[in-house]
Amino acid sequence: MSTYRIQGATGEWEVVIGLEVHAQVTSNAKLFSGASTAFGAEPNTQVSLVDAAMPGMLPVPNRECIRQAVRTGMAIEAEINAWSRFDRKNYFYADLPQGYQISQLYHPLVGEGALHIEADEKAGIPQDKVIGIERIHVEQDAGKLMHDQHPTMSYVDLNRSGVALMEIVSKPDMRSPAEAGAYVRKLRSILRYVGSCDGNMEEGSMRADVNVSVRKPGEEFGTRTETKNVNSVRFVMQVIEYEANRQVDVLENGGTVDQETRLFDPNTGTTRTMRSKEDAHDYRYFPDPDLLPLELEDDFLEECRASLPELPDAKRKRYEEELGLTPYNARELTAEVETFARFETLLAATANGIGKPEKAVATQVANWALSVAPGVIKSLGEEANPAHATAEAQASILDMQAKGEISGGQAKEIFEIVLKTGRDPEEIAETEGLKQVSDTGAIEAAIDEILANNEDKVEQYKGGKDKLFGFFVGQTMKAMQGKANPAVVNQILKDKLG
Amino acid sequence: MTELTNLGVKAIRDGVAGGDFTAREVAEAFNAAVAEAAELNAFIVTTPDHALAAADATDAKRAKGEDLGTMGGVPIGMKDLFATRGVQTTAASHILEGFTPEYESTVSQNLWDAGAGMLGKLNLDQFAMGSSNETSYFGNVASPWKKQGTNAAMSPGGSSGGSSSAVAARIAPAATGTDTGGSIRQPAAFTGICGIKPTYGRCSRWGVVAFASSLDQAGPMARSVEDCAIMLEAMAGFDPKDATSLKMEVPAWEAGLSADLKGKTIGIPKEYRMDGTDEEILKSWEQGKEWLRDAGAEIVDISLPHTKYALPAYYIVAPAEASSNLARYDGVRYGLRDLPDGAGLQDMYAATRAAGFGDEVKRRILIGTYVLSAGFYDAYYTQAQKIRTLVAQDYEQAWGECDAILAPTTPTASFPLGSLDKDPLTMYLNDVYAVPASLAGLPAMSVPAMLNGEGLPLGLQIVGKPFDEQGVLNAGLAIQQRAGFEAQPEKWW
Repeated sequence: MSTYRIQGATGEWEVVIGLEVHAQVTSNAKLFSGASTAFGAEPNTQVSLVDAAMPGMLPVPNRECIRQAVRTGMAIEAEINAWSRFDRKNYFYADLPQGYQISQLYHPLVGEGALHIEADEKAGIPQDKVIGIERIHVEQDAGKLMHDQHPTMSYVDLNRSGVALMEIVSKPDMRSPAEAGAYVRKLRSILRYVGSCDGNMEEGSMRADVNVSVRKPGEEFGTRTETKNVNSVRFVMQVIEYEANRQVDVLENGGTVDQETRLFDPNTGTTRTMRSKEDAHDYRYFPDPDLLPLELEDDFLEECRASLPELPDAKRKRYEEELGLTPYNARELTAEVETFARFETLLAATANGIGKPEKAVATQVANWALSVAPGVIKSLGEEANPAHATAEAQASILDMQAKGEISGGQAKEIFEIVLKTGRDPEEIAETEGLKQVSDTGAIEAAIDEILANNEDKVEQYKGGKDKLFGFFVGQTMKAMQGKANPAVVNQILKDKLG
Repeated sequence: MTELTNLGVKAIRDGVAGGDFTAREVAEAFNAAVAEAAELNAFIVTTPDHALAAADATDAKRAKGEDLGTMGGVPIGMKDLFATRGVQTTAASHILEGFTPEYESTVSQNLWDAGAGMLGKLNLDQFAMGSSNETSYFGNVASPWKKQGTNAAMSPGGSSGGSSSAVAARIAPAATGTDTGGSIRQPAAFTGICGIKPTYGRCSRWGVVAFASSLDQAGPMARSVEDCAIMLEAMAGFDPKDATSLKMEVPAWEAGLSADLKGKTIGIPKEYRMDGTDEEILKSWEQGKEWLRDAGAEIVDISLPHTKYALPAYYIVAPAEASSNLARYDGVRYGLRDLPDGAGLQDMYAATRAAGFGDEVKRRILIGTYVLSAGFYDAYYTQAQKIRTLVAQDYEQAWGECDAILAPTTPTASFPLGSLDKDPLTMYLNDVYAVPASLAGLPAMSVPAMLNGEGLPLGLQIVGKPFDEQGVLNAGLAIQQRAGFEAQPEKWW
């Protein structure tokens, strides 16, 4: 149970949140035409006759878009509807060439599913929670109006017109901004794992309509508002904060919340009315007569399932159980596709280089990937060339470290040089003298000298003053200019001190 | 040269192939006939150069001994609902006046690929909405026929009225039509020619200005069943650009023609004896039964119990789809734009569509918008879809008892232009016999049977099983051979 409450004059209020996330499907071509979907092209250069709704043009479903939506549905454990249908949502706007959007109202492609968010005490999520998913349907995106090109006219860019979107509709299961934030992050992570959406919120590949209502705990749902087109996790959370507080104020001042569509202003962090229920469009949905019902064969569904990668929850579990990573490391490493991909490449290269199973080096590699390497990169700032941070180079450093040839400190120093110059780590270790001495002869000689010069302390140690062991280690390391292998130093000291 | 214009598709094709005359001679003859016939107003634009270029290409192929194609050397009329590259395509509307597509509809391309050429773009009811060809922005089309003893201009039927008028007047050997609720069959019946609407999905809708997507089908209009078979074969075929296109081979309909109906059973639906049907129409229907019996068919009575609901259902489904299909004509990207001073987007929409659409189109957009709106959807659209299913089931039941169905094409013969244009409901009744087959997506054909007492043609309709265009054509051929319909309108234009 979320403990997030709005403290009002009349007591505590609970927030109820549902999200409709629009995710652009990763595909080369649009949902019903062959035009390209690449971002950032010159206006109106990626528009087919179908996208411009020329007379007599017809939509033909793009199988890859359907496949991506089905795979997404499978990734959220949802029911896949082998029979679904496209409907027309009719309204006039200059960015909508057909005068209708092809969507799925009555029979969506994907039915009910679920998404798991993890407990995060710090963020205010006391325990793991399952957020229900109502449906996923596929639909066309609209074009874009440009109001800054001409003093009295608006221009329209149809590059986005007809691009495939998945609308992922949650149930009203979230109870705090933190839960909503975690939901969007988790959904984004899954979409990126599956490869069905690049999750790029700045470019508009993912945006959310945020439904918020408030109620006294235990009472019926209140009237909700829908805030459209919110394009970052932070903004989603801001919208909820603002809307929940606004609604509580309205209710506590004796007013009623209007069911309406609102707009978010990121500059002020506030929302304002876009249109009220009275002005709501009558979209006159009806089945698109240009398209036959979408019937998916078993082979197609099996291929979709077989092509799914290991998903975040399963991967996290495997990292903990099979690689022996801490829950924290496992969660951090599996949050983003790039992070786990880098980790797994480095892990394989390191295990392979050392000739040990992955499990044996996993913790070392995880620490390196999550804290050591990012720390070094950060400290170097612009001096670092990230292109030099190859898996081979890092595996080579980790290999030397695992073999005891270099210390942790030397590993960092070598990595710094790699980042600046791209030189080979082993060569750096040799040339720059960044290697530990594991030669027992040299270490033994140094220790003998130290013990001889500190006979009093040796006596004290033997008399039971165990703490002095550290003193001897320190002296030895100093004598060896920090390059002695600490394990070897410890061992020889132990032997000599009895 | 005038005699060349008396020839049909098969005769021209075979004559050109055999060297009896050149394709150019044919094209020139028809171009001249078209130029003389401005009074019919059958064409919105003429394209004599297109016809000549196609003819020259055919003649050149023949000189090289190459295959001329199944329509080689045949110039045709193209209903102005088909997009033709570089040639104005208007759907007989003001809103698309001057619109010249950069693409060619699949059906017209198929015809050019088969060796046909284009005489021009044929007039029609605006956006194919109408049964008399009186809703065109470019003026009424007159039928070449006159009622005996009168001089009133008669309706060529609609919406393919330019097509029917041109073919009946012999200014085109054949023409394309489209049929949503009878728009090929009714004008064919009114003008004493043949026309077939194939099974829904046979002809691609790609590049055809949409009226009601779930009903629209292209088909040929010509003066004989053979010519229809040849031309339909050229027009039809699977098209990956149309998601409702049938993924089936096109049968060799011309080669499969046979008027021998032995072993075939023809159903006579009892529900088609409706009030308001002309006595002479009923007589022609009786005669049709005799002809088919004579061709070897067994005649049986059948029942299509939901027939009377078909027309009301059609006038919900078709306008509903049309109201959405025509939303794209908004003045933003192409076609007419009416932008009054200081107008915003909504004002521009309103002004453009008010000026660009005719009354009948507006009427249907209003009906369609109404039946789809919240609160009325279930009472109208959902009910109409249920009726559509029931009508289709009627036919499925009937196929247990017969191979094809014989019925009148229309309840009356042609009427004078202007006599019904104030009475849309009576006008809609023209399609009462045609609409059920459209709702069920079935192949259906009209063939001329006889002239009525006033000298106007009457047609008979054959409806077939899904994909059985051959059965329809064969029954049509049997009627054609026995009817011996040779009447021609007297030239007055």
